[in-house]
Amino acid sequence: MITIKNLHATIEGKKILKGLNLEVNAGEIHAIMGPNGAGKSTLASVLAGREDYEITEGSVDFDGVDLLEMDTEERAREGLFLAFQYPIEIPGVSNINFLRTAINETREHKGQDPISAKDFMAMVREKSKLVELDPKLASRSVNEGFSGGEKKRNEIFQMAMLDPKLSILDETDSGLDIDALRVVAGGVNTLKSEKNATIVITHYQRLLDYIVPDFVHVLHDGKIVKTGPKELALDLEEKGYDWIKEEN
Amino acid sequence: MNKVADKSKAFISKLDKTSVALPNALKDKANSILASLELPTTRNEAWKYTRVAKLGKINFATSKGNISSIDSYTIDPQAPTLVFVNGYFSKSLSNNHLPEGINFTLLSDANEVKSEIPIEDEIFNALNTAHLIDGVALNIAKNTILEKPVQILHILDGQSVMSNFKTRIDAGAFAKAGIIQGYFATEASDKAFANVTTEIEVGESAHLTIDKIQFENETSFHISTEQINQSKDSTFTLNTITLNGGLVRNNLNINVNGENCTSNLNGAYILKGKQHVDNHSVVDHRVANCQSNELYKGVIDDNSTAVFNGKVFVRQDAQQINAFQSNRNVLLSDNAAVNSKPELEIYADDVKCSHGSTTGQLDEDAIFYLRARGLSLKAARQLLVSAFITDVLDKIENLKVKTFIFSLLKERFGWEITPEDFH
Ligand SMILES: Nc1ncnc2c1ncn2[C@@H]1O[C@H](COP(=O)(O)OP(=O)(O)OP(=O)(O)O)[C@@H](O)[C@H]1O
Ligand SMILES: [Mg+2]
Repeated sequence: MITIKNLHATIEGKKILKGLNLEVNAGEIHAIMGPNGAGKSTLASVLAGREDYEITEGSVDFDGVDLLEMDTEERAREGLFLAFQYPIEIPGVSNINFLRTAINETREHKGQDPISAKDFMAMVREKSKLVELDPKLASRSVNEGFSGGEKKRNEIFQMAMLDPKLSILDETDSGLDIDALRVVAGGVNTLKSEKNATIVITHYQRLLDYIVPDFVHVLHDGKIVKTGPKELALDLEEKGYDWIKEEN
Repeated sequence: MNKVADKSKAFISKLDKTSVALPNALKDKANSILASLELPTTRNEAWKYTRVAKLGKINFATSKGNISSIDSYTIDPQAPTLVFVNGYFSKSLSNNHLPEGINFTLLSDANEVKSEIPIEDEIFNALNTAHLIDGVALNIAKNTILEKPVQILHILDGQSVMSNFKTRIDAGAFAKAGIIQGYFATEASDKAFANVTTEIEVGESAHLTIDKIQFENETSFHISTEQINQSKDSTFTLNTITLNGGLVRNNLNINVNGENCTSNLNGAYILKGKQHVDNHSVVDHRVANCQSNELYKGVIDDNSTAVFNGKVFVRQDAQQINAFQSNRNVLLSDNAAVNSKPELEIYADDVKCSHGSTTGQLDEDAIFYLRARGLSLKAARQLLVSAFITDVLDKIENLKVKTFIFSLLKERFGWEITPEDFH
């Protein structure tokens, strides 16, 4: 699905990613953990195509295409989805109508006809139910006046609407109470299939009780420094990151 | 006349004196003001950011034009329509079956035409008065409720044509009406100049709404002055939507003369190319217990420039005034510019007034967010720009007018707006 090799990225001359390697296959869930400032969100932004970062070395293959050569919107249309750590508010822009545009531009990219109004509305109903997002919120301005938890649910709602191949969830669990966490995780699990893959970035093991990863990676100082089974998350939660920092 | 003065007025030397029955004393005064005043320069405070010297280099003429259809200028297809081409009334293009309670008089037909527009030190108003071609006086009788708006279309056609045109609207007590003013230019129109005055009386408890659409062309000049008097308990709304025009200057002066009035002034201007659009407004709260809401928003692209100058006066005994004024701009290019100056002059102590001005760029994070969902850069920018401007467009209650504006936005800017996209 995605193969990241020796990825180096800088922002404003500051080196953030320093030779990162990661391979994710279809049907897998990978968790990335790591201390604040390690570069987790940077990795997510770089994969999504944020232009503020400069890629100085390395390659990213996304299902046979060179991801780094594509614009942000092309990556999205090819099936890459980023659930933002801090989803922004866009006053005046209707959530579902911009999604309709996004879906139709993606369908056009794939040579498909636009979705009918009826099918679209049915999909909105189904997917908003999946993450228990009030349909009224779904049709309001993007994230405007949403609570922290509602913003996160809206990210997963959008993910459900866009049906991506690879989803990167950047701290989607932070700020969620336990009930909301269950709902969001339930949504992610329902969407999981043999054809797609998920990368969850998190600080907390508790999310991984609900979204069970195949691998846990530790990102430290711009590199993946340790990879293990899901039990690694328990160790990290108990012992923190210092022992890993010392190993490196 | 000395040579310098001669030369400076060459641009109007081909124009005929007005044959409209304005008071002779007024005409004489307008002529003498014209003879003594020069075109304003940027040293003149009121014209600091708007250069009009170009006008002085064109040898303007009058012309009846040659237009056979108004299809592309018809804003509300169901509204009774009065059409003027280069200031001249076109009977054949008009559909002037006005409903009961409203009547119109062509100024050229009237035995006596009043004008209260200030001409002292106002060269364009003096020019409009001295060389007035024609115009219309609309009288809305007391208690009349108009179901449909009346539409006044003014179209520029031909080369270096100047139109001096005037509209008078008198809304009687308790009347409720909507008027649409559309200013257009044909494709054949080049360096044409619409110099327009509008005088409006809003009677006691009357509700008057004006939707003014400006869509001339990139070589045209448009200078207009609106002079409005509001009587007590009245509501006046003016929506000024400027989507094309080389040089546009709107002077808007409202005298709020009676208590319990509401004045709503909304403006949207979307500029590209080398357009220059200048909105100057003065709201004069002379008496107590009134409110005014002024919201002007602009989107400025390429090498274009927008100017906003809004003054709100609250006179000494005008207590309990709520005056709100806001001007917000988005710049889409490094060469686009804005000069914004909101001003409050308050002489009363028990008032609630706020004013503000912002100029910025589109939010890069929002663009990235939308692109990360699959929207093209163009679609993302357009969505954000339209979301920005849409709250002004939402002030327009007449759906026909709104639909027409969306069609202009598509024609000129390639924007595909569906009203459901916004809130
Ligand atoms: N615009 C920027 N200019 C300079 N440094 C930046 C910029 N954006 C991020 N950084 C730095 O890059 C480093 C990595 O940040 P990043 O957000 O990727 O960390 P993270 O692992 O996601 O942390 P957290 O767990 O707090 O979310 C940090 O040191 C941060 O300060
Ligand atoms: Mg982060």
